[in-house]
Amino acid sequence: MIYLAADIPIWAAILIACFVLVGAGLALIGAIGFLRLPTFYERIHAPTLSTSLGTGGIVVASILFFSMAGDRLIAHQVLIGVFITVTTPVTFMLLARAALHRDRFENSPHVPPRESHIES
Amino acid sequence: MSAIIIFTAIGLAQLMLTIAMGITCVRMLYGPRAQDRILGLDTLYVNAMLLLMTFGIGTGKTVYFEASLVIGLLSFVASTALAKFLMRGEVIE
Repeated sequence: MIYLAADIPIWAAILIACFVLVGAGLALIGAIGFLRLPTFYERIHAPTLSTSLGTGGIVVASILFFSMAGDRLIAHQVLIGVFITVTTPVTFMLLARAALHRDRFENSPHVPPRESHIES
Repeated sequence: MSAIIIFTAIGLAQLMLTIAMGITCVRMLYGPRAQDRILGLDTLYVNAMLLLMTFGIGTGKTVYFEASLVIGLLSFVASTALAKFLMRGEVIE
């Protein structure tokens, strides 16, 4: 089934355009920050822009579009938002701990030393 | 009128997401260490997922939703396995 963009009212179209542009713009800002920040521990913050509010904006725009064009609530895109929100912190924490482990293993001077009473 | 507004916004958003994917590819190819490359791969997956969702809005088909859901699942599995590999030196102990 194909939903047509001409079926929706103009205020919903403007709202959808705003959400899509905000989501894509935040994804672009996150990518630019990922390119420009100097160290890995700063760089790992930048892509969370695109995984939190970038995904959120495009998911909300998609829900609005399909709901307005189909004349009923179509909200299965919420699945993507929930899934990305749950899995991204797990991945990034694993990756940051792996990077910290590698830096400590090489005795890098830029990372704090291991504290035995915090982590074994 | 509403179709013009939506298609203009979708075109701009696809352009921005494509530029983001290109920037992420640069970091993934020239990243100084392995964790930068894995982070770049994860960001590339997320941007590709967002690009497919904008394709879904632009064409009005719900097929792209399933594709982006599969990409999100594969992104989690791939990045977790690669981070585990960096941590331990092997994926399954």
